[in-house]
Amino acid sequence: MKRLMLALSLTLSAAALAPTHVMAGATDTDEERAARWSEIKKTIFGDRQVEARESAVTIDAPARALDAALVPIGLTLADKDNVKGLYFIIDDNPSPYAAHFTFGPAADPGEIRLRVRVNNYTNVHAVVETKDGKLLESAKFVKASGGCSAPMGMSDEEAMKGMGEMRMKFSGEPQSAKPVEATLMVRHPNFSGMQMNQVTRDYTPARYIEKLAVSHGDQLVFQLDGDISIASNPVINFAIKPDGKGPVKVAASDNQGGRWEQTFQLPSASN
Amino acid sequence: MVCETLALDVPKIYLLDGLQYNGKRREETEDGGTDVPRIDGRRRPAVSGGATRRAALFGGFCLCCLPRLGLAAESLSMDEVAPGIFIRRGPDAEATPANADGIANIGFIVGRDGVLVTESGGSLTDGQWLRAEIAKRTDKPIRFVMLTHVHPDHVFGAAAFRGDNPTFVGHAALRGALDARGAFYRQRLAEILGEDKAGEVVYPTMEVKDRAEIDLGGRVLRLTAHGSAHTSCDLSMLDTGSGLLFPADLLFVGRIPSLDGSLRGWLGEIERLKGMGAAKAVPGHGPTLVDVAPAFADLTRYLSALRDETRKAVADSVPIESAVRTVAQGEKDRWALFDTYNGRNVTQAYQELEWE
Repeated sequence: MKRLMLALSLTLSAAALAPTHVMAGATDTDEERAARWSEIKKTIFGDRQVEARESAVTIDAPARALDAALVPIGLTLADKDNVKGLYFIIDDNPSPYAAHFTFGPAADPGEIRLRVRVNNYTNVHAVVETKDGKLLESAKFVKASGGCSAPMGMSDEEAMKGMGEMRMKFSGEPQSAKPVEATLMVRHPNFSGMQMNQVTRDYTPARYIEKLAVSHGDQLVFQLDGDISIASNPVINFAIKPDGKGPVKVAASDNQGGRWEQTFQLPSASN
Repeated sequence: MVCETLALDVPKIYLLDGLQYNGKRREETEDGGTDVPRIDGRRRPAVSGGATRRAALFGGFCLCCLPRLGLAAESLSMDEVAPGIFIRRGPDAEATPANADGIANIGFIVGRDGVLVTESGGSLTDGQWLRAEIAKRTDKPIRFVMLTHVHPDHVFGAAAFRGDNPTFVGHAALRGALDARGAFYRQRLAEILGEDKAGEVVYPTMEVKDRAEIDLGGRVLRLTAHGSAHTSCDLSMLDTGSGLLFPADLLFVGRIPSLDGSLRGWLGEIERLKGMGAAKAVPGHGPTLVDVAPAFADLTRYLSALRDETRKAVADSVPIESAVRTVAQGEKDRWALFDTYNGRNVTQAYQELEWE
């Protein structure tokens, strides 16, 4: 049985990522995986009970990732009107707590998509927090390895080019009553702290989007607390209830003090 | 605050030219069971539990009792594609113990003053085999070994030529790419072939930034360092003696191309290669000698489909996980190993094109 030491903080520093050469994940038993998950749960949720309910949130993830540094994840929430927040956890990643969404009144939290890094054969967990305070979990097994340490295939300078640039695309027929699907793209390398600089042979310090707040008019759509497990150049798919007035505003900040804001206009309803 | 699953010695997890870098070995089945390929081609369930990877991999077989160097007989032949130019065709397969990662087209050119190795091979075993083939045909010294790009099926044979003290020739960006991925590639290769057969990371001793020429004695070879295309360190060669083009993996024939550099860049470099005026080429994968025009036309058709359909998916807000199943499917029957590589190519292309 391997010793289990978890770095669960969403404000993980590069210093925490001391090099160890232990490979885990691929050969773990179900018991080992269950023990890891229960330890993670305790760290994130304390003594709160987390109820297994696969029907509450469906995880769409490839059984085997084509690219461990970019694993597309879809999360479909069954009872979307009763959702307060959503946690996504990659059990065997160096920093398992990958993302925490907190939804506001302008959100239509029926489906969220994001791209993550997966460092090992692992269970991934989605936990829904309902408005009445229940925690409901769902799990899926994903095969991938090395996603957190995979280099960007370019220099750090090149990877940081245009950092903070954002784009937002809206799709679907804009009708006043229907939610508008949105794709938010943010240019940011989201350095994991585990990627080696090809020139200096040093590890590039972790630099990742810590907070991403999307609002519509004066109402919050969602806030995302992110970590190093989010793939570089983050792309988030979500839906907005277009009843609010005003533009869609995105405010992003990273753990190195970077702050960016951008405003987008919702497509106007045709009627 | 330290986590157990760090694998800092694992810098690149990609599926490229014969090795499954994206997870475990490709022999492992989707449902989590492990199959190992037998030498006779059939599969048997692997030993589980406490068995080591090596033991599981070889399934109890002793490779040392197999034909010399562990190479399949089918690959033990060389085509003389032009006078003094010998090329071995690599099979359209992934790396296995049986093929020793000898899956690329490798060979050599015999000049007046010495020999140039066009590609080193995919492992120490593959490189040693090539070196023996050279020795059968000439006593001239091995003066140059080309390291055409960072992928393992093209560079891990280089260690077999160290004793000849040749000039190892590579793209100026090759060293950095080997720094980033070499150790990981070697580790994966050693898992498949065994420690003693994998080979070592060999760095170029002559780096080409733009162009260079090599003279083998009355036979000039023109080298071109390309911009990001198949990889970020592709080096091509034109033999002015035979007029043959050696585009390495900038040209795949029959085997699906793998994209690990830049899709738009690759399409641009194809035009540059066509402009070199060669009629025949020795591709990195496929038949040992092909007509340049139709071969590049096929490659361009696939890469264009990949580009255009990925662009359309991006424009239509088709997410990446759906795009990997739909883009370039019209090419499916035209390429070997299509299902192994196309989805990965789409993932690469999508990331490149979504920010256009």
